[in-house]
Amino acid sequence: MDFESPTGLSTASFEGRIDAVVVGASAGGVEALGTLLPALPREFRPTVLVVIHQPRERRSLLADIFSARCALPVQEAQDKEPAQPGTIYFAPPDYHLLVDDGPSLALSADEPVLFSRPSIDVLFESAADTYGHRLAGLILTGANSDGARGLAAVRQAGGVTLVQRPDTALAASMPTAALARGPADFVLSLEQMARLLRMMGGGHEG
Amino acid sequence: MANKDLDIELKLLLDAIYLKYHYDFRGYAMASLKRRMAMAADHFACRTLSQLQDRILHEPHLFPELLNYLTVQVSEMFRDPSYFRALRQSVVPLLRTYPSLKVWVAGCSTGEEVYSLAILLREEGLLERTLIYATDINTQALQKAEAGVYAVERVAAFTHNHSQSGGHASLSDYYTAAYGNVVFDRALKKHIVFSDHSLATDSVFAEVQLLSCRNVLIYFNRELQERALGLFKDSLCRRGFLGLGARESLRFSQHAPAFSSLVWEDRIFQKV
Ligand SMILES: C[S@@+](CC[C@H](N)C(=O)[O-])C[C@H]1O[C@@H](n2cnc3c(N)ncnc32)[C@H](O)[C@@H]1O
Repeated sequence: MDFESPTGLSTASFEGRIDAVVVGASAGGVEALGTLLPALPREFRPTVLVVIHQPRERRSLLADIFSARCALPVQEAQDKEPAQPGTIYFAPPDYHLLVDDGPSLALSADEPVLFSRPSIDVLFESAADTYGHRLAGLILTGANSDGARGLAAVRQAGGVTLVQRPDTALAASMPTAALARGPADFVLSLEQMARLLRMMGGGHEG
Repeated sequence: MANKDLDIELKLLLDAIYLKYHYDFRGYAMASLKRRMAMAADHFACRTLSQLQDRILHEPHLFPELLNYLTVQVSEMFRDPSYFRALRQSVVPLLRTYPSLKVWVAGCSTGEEVYSLAILLREEGLLERTLIYATDINTQALQKAEAGVYAVERVAAFTHNHSQSGGHASLSDYYTAAYGNVVFDRALKKHIVFSDHSLATDSVFAEVQLLSCRNVLIYFNRELQERALGLFKDSLCRRGFLGLGARESLRFSQHAPAFSSLVWEDRIFQKV
């Protein structure tokens, strides 16, 4: 099946083009990712970079939790490590995650942005700079407006933009803020998003 | 195409800064530096980094202000309390065996980490025999560090971290409050020497038993990290201790064999 796009983007246009997917989530994000990430098949080729706002603790269990549930390898991002295809990376608590040339992963202890570290905007902007139109950006549930600016950067760089349908989000403010900033290529429920991602990733339609 | 231009402009700006002011940012991690330079361009009302370069070259009085964008002055006392707890538990007992101690805090920013270590050493009865070198390239930050004055609003978080770190006494024993600020004790400062030193361009200046360099290496590219780690190796005494930031490691370094990890979770290493 094909997906309806408010911007008129056809799914055929990005098949095989996407090298990385950046994902931003806040309140309700662990559950949302629980629908999305385990749906990615082993053959999924893009690098997946995730920022989820969470309490500021030294050790985060996210990588462990999702490792057990995902077909793809899941890791906490390490500074200067090459961004591997088909791997899911979580930003560590209390650091920003960025993408540097290579592409490689970079951490920073810069000030929080919109009270958040890691910041979705910071990840999305640097990923847009590195990957350009070979990037897809996803904004999921959340109770703030982080990610709106970042998703605009993805759009400007020619990347594909996806936003969770606000009425399906546990907290609608973040997707709503992202949509208020400009049109997204797809506004979807999590289940639809998972299907679209599979088409994007070179994997088989499930 | 637009990004390519930005990369060119950034490179030229860093070259200009190096040639004119001898601060070398050419080996820094570019993604976050690029972000901060975009913020600096905004701040200085410049449309492009080329315009910023023009202003920075011809208006030298702006450079100290730009330095606050080139470097990141974010710090906190007893940041990551478990790091300081691990120092108390695993490093202090070995430090006790030295009749006199030298400690280097590299990239000390506005001093929070230095005072944390000084307080820890005082609580463990070691400060009297210790000299702490606190270095940074940001002279404004060093001046603040030397003054040891912090806004009173920050103290609650410092106090919480301090007690989490295994602090014996109350943090308030070490400062006095005045006009919305707290000032840390002169008795602590007596043991600290603040100075301007760059891990990118300067060399080893002392032999130390403990070296703490937290959240500085992440701002460097691999080559510059190697340089800095080489300095650390050369300034640590045999069996000396190296503490890094919570998400920093020696993993990708050619200097890794020179160290063993003492408390991996808290990034504390020992020179072999
Ligand atoms: C994020 S702060 C870390 C402060 C403190 N160590 C902490 O962890 O809370 C980074 C510091 O590194 C300093 N720095 C940057 N480049 C440096 C260099 N080449 N040599 C020494 N210090 C440097 C910056 O000026 C800044 O004060």
